[in-house]
Amino acid sequence: MSDNTTSNNPTEPILELKGVYSGYGSIKALRDVSLKVYPGEIVAIIGANGAGKSTTLMTICGIVPLEKGDIIYNGKSTKRIAPEKLPPLGLCQVPEGRRIFPRLTVEENLILGAFYRDDKPEIKKDIDHVYSLFPVLGERNRQKGGTLSGGEQQMLAIGRALMTKPKVLLLDEPSLGLAPLIIHQIFEIISDINKNQGTTILLVEQNANLALQAATRGYVLETGEITLEDKASSLLHNPEIRKAYLGE
Amino acid sequence: MDSFIQQLINGITLGGIYALIALGYTMVYGVIQLINFAHGEFFATGGYVGVICLSFFTGLGYMETHPIFCLTASFALAMMYCAYLAIGVEKIAYKPLRKESRLAALLSALGVSIFLSNGLMLTQGVYDKAYPSELFQNGFNVGIITISYLQILIVCLTAVLLVALNLLVFKTKIGMAMRATAQDKTMSALVAIGSNRIISLTFAIGAGLAAAAGIMVGLYYGSVRYDMGFLPGIKAFSAAVLGGIGNITGAMLGGLIIGMVEIFGAGYISGEYKDVFAFIILIGVLYFKPTGIMGENIDDTRV
Repeated sequence: MSDNTTSNNPTEPILELKGVYSGYGSIKALRDVSLKVYPGEIVAIIGANGAGKSTTLMTICGIVPLEKGDIIYNGKSTKRIAPEKLPPLGLCQVPEGRRIFPRLTVEENLILGAFYRDDKPEIKKDIDHVYSLFPVLGERNRQKGGTLSGGEQQMLAIGRALMTKPKVLLLDEPSLGLAPLIIHQIFEIISDINKNQGTTILLVEQNANLALQAATRGYVLETGEITLEDKASSLLHNPEIRKAYLGE
Repeated sequence: MDSFIQQLINGITLGGIYALIALGYTMVYGVIQLINFAHGEFFATGGYVGVICLSFFTGLGYMETHPIFCLTASFALAMMYCAYLAIGVEKIAYKPLRKESRLAALLSALGVSIFLSNGLMLTQGVYDKAYPSELFQNGFNVGIITISYLQILIVCLTAVLLVALNLLVFKTKIGMAMRATAQDKTMSALVAIGSNRIISLTFAIGAGLAAAAGIMVGLYYGSVRYDMGFLPGIKAFSAAVLGGIGNITGAMLGGLIIGMVEIFGAGYISGEYKDVFAFIILIGVLYFKPTGIMGENIDDTRV
């Protein structure tokens, strides 16, 4: 684990994107994206389908290659860090579509969240903690991940990410395809993780209303560029945002 | 009836050997969707490392005094050598092509196969190389059935390796990581599983098992040859397809079936056509059930 010297100072961002360009081959999905996430915050990125929200998170995690600009995590550039080395540093993502390992059991999915960790008793404790957050997972711990419902899979995906002991948790569309009641439950857990465990959260959502209510600050992403940045409450009352994203 | 039981024992021996080779095909396919056509050459190389080690030990006279040690050391050296060879092959011939079409890697595999088999020919000669030991050729009789100690050794060692592999893949964290990598490499990276490491490990395990099979075949038939990897390689591939490629239990089952069919076919139909039976099965499977016995619908035991 890292004992990073920098950025325990709350005025320093824990995660910063500086003029990031990235994309898939010749398609530039992100152009000059800059954003800052401070420790303890919940930051929301809202935007329409195809605006580059998921690409932003995948670029932060090193899955989509960075073409220009820089990403600073915990005071260090992540440019030369392989994607699989980031979770041990505390940067973890719950990707779009949850991506549960379908042929592994619920418990195996959780154990793999702790793949890089060696502290067996702690891992056991953390699994029990996830089961206490999401009791349904405990009931189904021997079931294959692929047999869970969408909501349960989202819970498992969040649980698996928690097993990496994240400092910064990236969440991609946690509400996608879920019933309102389940969405409510998931967002309660997200705020709980933020408040009680001090985990910083960067949240990507199409459901702007939901995201801005949970967040402290927000960014608006349009066709690969950041067009607006403000406190979440201000964005929520911004007439243009209300018109474009909240259906008014 | 006696001859039936005799054939059954021979079939299990051969089937176990095919199963060991088939696992390498199926595991590599499970993790990177590549038919590693060079896999048969790991088997042949294993046979050669085995004969070199055993000849060396025999020359020193250790084979008489410490046969168990000599065999264990030979198996261990051959398996390790082939494991590292496979890791090297993957890094040089497959990894650079991972983002290209699957056909590119497949052709590269064929190239590696020719390269390795010619390498064996140039360094070890074109003629059969005899295994030194007559030590395990003895056996005992039950009625008119003959079981050699070598067959017992082969069947027991095969069983141990298969059980060990199952434990590794289905009970350990690294095995979970292997299965996860087979299912979703991006997500695996997001939970800190480095796919390069897992792919190397998969190649190493597959080649190690093939190397063990190579020594077994050398001991069983008494000699090895530079091109010995070709036929058993294709038969083991048939076994992997029969079991459902990508499925570990399927490969074990497929290997046993192919071994049995070959022995029984040779015994009851025609010895001259013994190599044909495996391919009849392969064609039959591809025609009637391309997913194999345990393919697709039975997910539990996939890599």
